[in-house]
Amino acid sequence: MNAKRTDFLATVVINLIVATVVGILVFLLAYILISGLPHVSWSFLTGTTDAFSGAGGIGVQLFNSFYLLILTMLISVPISLGAGIYLAEYAKDNWRTSLIRSAIEVLSSLPSVVVGLFGFLLFVVKFKIGFSVISGAIALTFFNLPLLTRNIEESLSAVSRSQREAGLSLGLSKWKTEIGIILPVALPGIVTGIVLSAGRVFGEAAALIYTAGQSAPVTNFGDWNPMDPASPLNPFRPAETLAVHIWKVNTEGLANNAAQLSAAASAVLIIAVLLFNLGARLLGNFLYRRVTASK
Amino acid sequence: MEQTNFQLKKQKSQSNDWSARLHHATRATREDWMGKGISYLCIGVIILVVASMLWFITSKGVATFTQNHVSLTKFLFGTNWAPDQGHIGALPMIVGSFAVTFAAAIVATPFAVGTAIFMTEISPNKGRKLLQPVIELLVGIPSVVYGFIGLAVVVPFMRHVVGGSGFGIISATFVLFVMVLPTITSMTVDSLRAVPRHFKEASLALGATRWQTVSRVILRSATPGILTAVIFGMARAFGEALAVQMVIGNAAIMPKNLISPASTLTSQLTTGIGDTIDGTLPNNALWSLALILLLMSLFFNALVRVIAKRGQLKHER
Repeated sequence: MNAKRTDFLATVVINLIVATVVGILVFLLAYILISGLPHVSWSFLTGTTDAFSGAGGIGVQLFNSFYLLILTMLISVPISLGAGIYLAEYAKDNWRTSLIRSAIEVLSSLPSVVVGLFGFLLFVVKFKIGFSVISGAIALTFFNLPLLTRNIEESLSAVSRSQREAGLSLGLSKWKTEIGIILPVALPGIVTGIVLSAGRVFGEAAALIYTAGQSAPVTNFGDWNPMDPASPLNPFRPAETLAVHIWKVNTEGLANNAAQLSAAASAVLIIAVLLFNLGARLLGNFLYRRVTASK
Repeated sequence: MEQTNFQLKKQKSQSNDWSARLHHATRATREDWMGKGISYLCIGVIILVVASMLWFITSKGVATFTQNHVSLTKFLFGTNWAPDQGHIGALPMIVGSFAVTFAAAIVATPFAVGTAIFMTEISPNKGRKLLQPVIELLVGIPSVVYGFIGLAVVVPFMRHVVGGSGFGIISATFVLFVMVLPTITSMTVDSLRAVPRHFKEASLALGATRWQTVSRVILRSATPGILTAVIFGMARAFGEALAVQMVIGNAAIMPKNLISPASTLTSQLTTGIGDTIDGTLPNNALWSLALILLLMSLFFNALVRVIAKRGQLKHER
């Protein structure tokens, strides 16, 4: 009887634990959405920030977040694709490969603040580019590369061996096989990984404070010449993102409605990240159906 | 047309030197060279990034000791942090970082293991449909949002319950607990799922209850995996910057209790690095803190490897 009672007790405790965990998430989401959404308006989403107090809209920050995200992806996807193909296809099982794998592991386990400081040291201090979009995008690339590489490698390796053999037996080169046969099959997994990492990049702040900077100069949205200092596309201007803005408003902000501001900005950030997560799943499923011809 | 072309080629090649043809690379080979080149280049970029990161931060971090001649013991065990006046005692930050990391891991592990047991043993169906998305959402919430909620909810709560300012190690622990929970849970789930099915079946066939099976068979054989999960969680907690910085109070003094403002390596770095001038002692001292972070991250990495190796040996025996 005793064993049964212990079993019952343990089950109750575990159920309580699970209820707590679910409760925490529900509370988090509810708190952010309930306290934030009422303050989200069109003028908040598109308005400009008062440079001194940090009050006002988040239009520029929102644009910066997306611009940085796109630049980061443009840099990191090709590199991690090449690296993933290397690991899945060309890497032999020897000490050199295991060294490379550990290097990638080390990079992925580095705290993002350390990655940000490295970016700061390299671009802002050594190359004197200053706080800029491009410094931020490269710092985010450093932070994104290991995860994306591992994801791409896993997706490529998961494709069955017979597909590779089929390609090679047709006289195709290894490279052609990988690009023309394996990559399309692995695409759903890769795209899901890319979109999920986009969500992570979108919410990252620690790596950006000292690379993309903490100021969002008002830009002229009628000017799309990337070389122009006032253009929003200029990669050499400082660009505070939404996540950095939330941090800044909370720690140094002088706005008297800082709590409301950051609640609203957090709500926008959370919704964006949720959309990324949802989008990853939908896009992955859609692509899976397309390439595998299964209903 | 194609055939004649082919025949022409054939004749041509027969008249040509066969060995020259055989020694020339085919199109496929050249493609492979190109592909190899591209992928080697990409992996080279990553290696270069890692190497230069390690090199730059190490060389910056040791400058405190080689250029400013601060003694290592004074840095590691000194308790007075006032870099402007030349006092570089990093112990308050080191203690702060370890305190929040261990506290968060201790609080989070039971929750994570409990959730993982629920997901794998008690109700796999609900686990997949309800808890998997919950875990993924918790991972997805950006750290500044955790920091904001810590500032808006946890700090006032602590102020109300235990008094003081509300800023301090205990608030940071609360925030980090929620942040490392999904990391530890999802890795624990993986390691519980990896336990061979016949272990569980054998135990149940002996008449063991579910809890007996879970606690004495499944958890025990998954121990290396669970330890790895906890270490990953600790690594995340140790390196987390903004969420901690927002709720810990950022006072570079030895933490006397859990409810007074303290600081961690990461919080000191985030607040300090922008205000110091490159090459000066206050700046170098901060880079030394970054070096500690880097070394700890390497240490956690090595620890995971050791555990993985030991776990493997056990299974093979």
